[in-house]
Amino acid sequence: MPFDIYDLSTFTHWIDTSLRAGMSPFWAVFTEFVLVGVVFLAFYAVVGLFLVYAERRICAFMQCRLGPNRVGPGGIFQTIADLIKLLFKELIYIKNADKILFNIAPFIVIIASFLALAAIPFGKGLQAMDFNIGIFYVVAVSSIGVIGILLAGWSSNSKYSLIGALRSGAQIISYELSVGLSLIVIVILAGTMQLSEIVEMQRDGWFIFTGHLPAVIAFIIFMIASTAEINRGPFDLAEAESELTAGFHTEYSGIKFAFFFLAEYMNMFIVASIAATVFWGGWMPLHIGSWEGFNHAMDFIPPFIWYLGKTAVIIYLIMLFKWTFPRLRIDQLLTLEWKYLLPVNLFNVLLMAFIVLKGWHF
Amino acid sequence: MEGVLPINQVVSEVEQQEYIINMGPQHPSTHGVLRFLLSLKGEVVQYVQPHCGYIHRGIEKMTEKITYPQIIHLTDRLDYLSAHMNNEAVSLCVENALQIEVPERVKYIRTIMAELSRLASHQLWWAAFGMDLGALTTFFYGLRDREYILDIFEQTTGSRLTQSYNCPGGLMNDIHPDFQKKVKEFIKNFRKVLPEYNQLLTGNVIFHERTKGIGLLSKEDAISFGVTGPSGRGSGFSCDLRKSHPYSAYDKVDFKEILYTEGDTFARYQVRMDEMLESMNIIEQLIDNIPEGDYALKMKAIIKLPEGEYYQRVESARGEFGVHIISDGNKNPYRVKFRSPNFSNLSAIDSMARGFKIADLVAISGSLDLVIPDLDK
Amino acid sequence: MNNEELKQKISAIESDLVFEDKQYLTITVEPEKFKGLALKLRNDKDLSFDYMFNITGVDYGDLLGVCYFITSTQFSHIIELKVKAKSRENAEIETVCDIWKTAEFQEREIYDLLGIKFINHPDLRRIFLEEDWVGYPLRKDYVDEVNIVER
Repeated sequence: MPFDIYDLSTFTHWIDTSLRAGMSPFWAVFTEFVLVGVVFLAFYAVVGLFLVYAERRICAFMQCRLGPNRVGPGGIFQTIADLIKLLFKELIYIKNADKILFNIAPFIVIIASFLALAAIPFGKGLQAMDFNIGIFYVVAVSSIGVIGILLAGWSSNSKYSLIGALRSGAQIISYELSVGLSLIVIVILAGTMQLSEIVEMQRDGWFIFTGHLPAVIAFIIFMIASTAEINRGPFDLAEAESELTAGFHTEYSGIKFAFFFLAEYMNMFIVASIAATVFWGGWMPLHIGSWEGFNHAMDFIPPFIWYLGKTAVIIYLIMLFKWTFPRLRIDQLLTLEWKYLLPVNLFNVLLMAFIVLKGWHF
Repeated sequence: MEGVLPINQVVSEVEQQEYIINMGPQHPSTHGVLRFLLSLKGEVVQYVQPHCGYIHRGIEKMTEKITYPQIIHLTDRLDYLSAHMNNEAVSLCVENALQIEVPERVKYIRTIMAELSRLASHQLWWAAFGMDLGALTTFFYGLRDREYILDIFEQTTGSRLTQSYNCPGGLMNDIHPDFQKKVKEFIKNFRKVLPEYNQLLTGNVIFHERTKGIGLLSKEDAISFGVTGPSGRGSGFSCDLRKSHPYSAYDKVDFKEILYTEGDTFARYQVRMDEMLESMNIIEQLIDNIPEGDYALKMKAIIKLPEGEYYQRVESARGEFGVHIISDGNKNPYRVKFRSPNFSNLSAIDSMARGFKIADLVAISGSLDLVIPDLDK
Repeated sequence: MNNEELKQKISAIESDLVFEDKQYLTITVEPEKFKGLALKLRNDKDLSFDYMFNITGVDYGDLLGVCYFITSTQFSHIIELKVKAKSRENAEIETVCDIWKTAEFQEREIYDLLGIKFINHPDLRRIFLEEDWVGYPLRKDYVDEVNIVER
């Protein structure tokens, strides 16, 4: 295939074999772990910084402002400057707070988002772990984050934080269902949970096109539910600043607050990645049926660019949600999930199963 | 074990305990240093106890030591968003006591200025109300358009917020030569922009869900609590003093009193949105017809009111603002009482918020449009 | 109704009232009779004073008093009720917050700043000043050497 010119699996295999040639298998795997870890940490930091900057510019664009424009050209170093400020800020000790839980909470949140990053295919062969239950793993791991949020709210010894944490708990547990079910729709269509294979199967057309109506419905529901899952507006009840000042992270300062902040943006990135991978073909270029010339031209755009481009579009969508809509109330939020999204979703799963059984999909 | 309660007793004690939350004095949605003491059951508000006085400056006491023209500089600091109306109230009260009639030009300019303040105030309210509900973008739209009005104020009065423009006997100075042109420009622009407001917030489904049927206030309660202004008119309480007790040039213009009968947060929202249109209508009727003449009467250096009591009611952006002056014939008033609309509006919040959720309380207090310095005096 | 009709109507309701024609019709009433009169003014079909738009507490020097400005949303006639408490040290006036709910906060303000106690008020606490504030600032004999500068 033409796009195999960008196949990186030979490169990664070469690293693997040369490492194994030089040292014992244990140390080879260990070195690989360290390498992947370092790469991911760097990636994580860069993406986080970029997303914060992007959010500020996009929200400024929505609000007839300029946004950050002083530090560096176009203000690109503003987030780095803020990060340095956050690093140097005092970590305030909260009286009567549960110290251990209070300190652990931000790490749980950030580790959960870090774990989910591992299963995402960035390009052909560019995937840290290619589980055969990839989707299942991502859904399972990303919901660990709620424990961190609950702990943060519970241990802060603040009533606002507690309300924020409980809201967040109710919200994430509810919307987990919709996220899972809307992904299952695609799993039915693809017949596999392995993310790399799901991408491979979209070679001749992305699932959102080949999956007829159910895939479109699943995509819309996934967008709504995942926005709720990552606590972003209009579902940002856990940190509704006009009601609960800052919700579960009211009492956090300095770098611990930065962790929550970063985790929120990384979760957004992960959710967008999954949406891009599952519905929009991940790193797979856009192919249209028998248009050979067009398909060939598309293949020359590297998969990594495809992947990042799709993710960026979805992130832009999520940001537009936040800066446009008013916030929902907690009961309306749960009503939306349990009375509307969930039944629609269940019906959608049936519909998709029926279509797959009849073989009506492309 | 000794000292450990049996579990059913613990449960019943927990049930009896109130979950008390202090909302404020430093809280994003109280718009100032107001404190609500909330008792919650889950998310549901059991009762609200407003605690005010965090910026009580003793303005009423201060007025007893200063002269009448000096009072207007203090009334600016009451409701800083309707400073013109507050000044107008004091000026009118003194003028009525002295039984003098200000020139027509003054009346027209006062009315235009008051309506401009009302517009600016409602714009800021709209901006902040959207923010209370989590629609963060509204804030910048509202402030963007308010800036035009503040520029007009600055050009004529020299100040953007506390203008001190009306004084007993007329105005501090004449309007800027560009005033009429700028006001017309602003109105032309704002007529285009106001539909944007509706597109962004008014038609939104989530916004409807958040505001319709929330914070119900019946007409009887509105009258009994003295909830005036747009908040009262949202409950069907016809309390527009511009209509019922016209002052300045309000008897010369043709405008509607906006009344909605639902009494919920959405009705109060609608009243203000419609009032912005009405304010523009009023200004448009007056702006080209400002008569020539003096901008102020020649007043004595020291104003002494005859002994007696004087009361003046005006319609500020938040409701009925009243000035009660008791004079003993000296150059200082004997006692001045300001009837601040926010104070009465606040008193209704407990009965409005009970049984609603904590997020609704934010919407309700936002829809009352509280300005804390006015309330605390 | 104009002031003359109001005067006749109200004097038929309650005796021993002092009427004055000022900006608004001013009625001075004894504190004992005040509550009853207020209730009648509120409930009378022809008067229906249902909206109290202002309460002013005044220190008259020898006595403390309260002025109630009430109006009718139906007929839009306005009267001012004036009540002077019997003694300055233990000034007591019956509350009207069960008749006009707005009075609840306004009376707390007057209690806070002038020290007039409102009998049967459900929640008579200071509203602006701290609970442990000494004295009542709006009284004419209030001294505060720190915050009030005499010129």
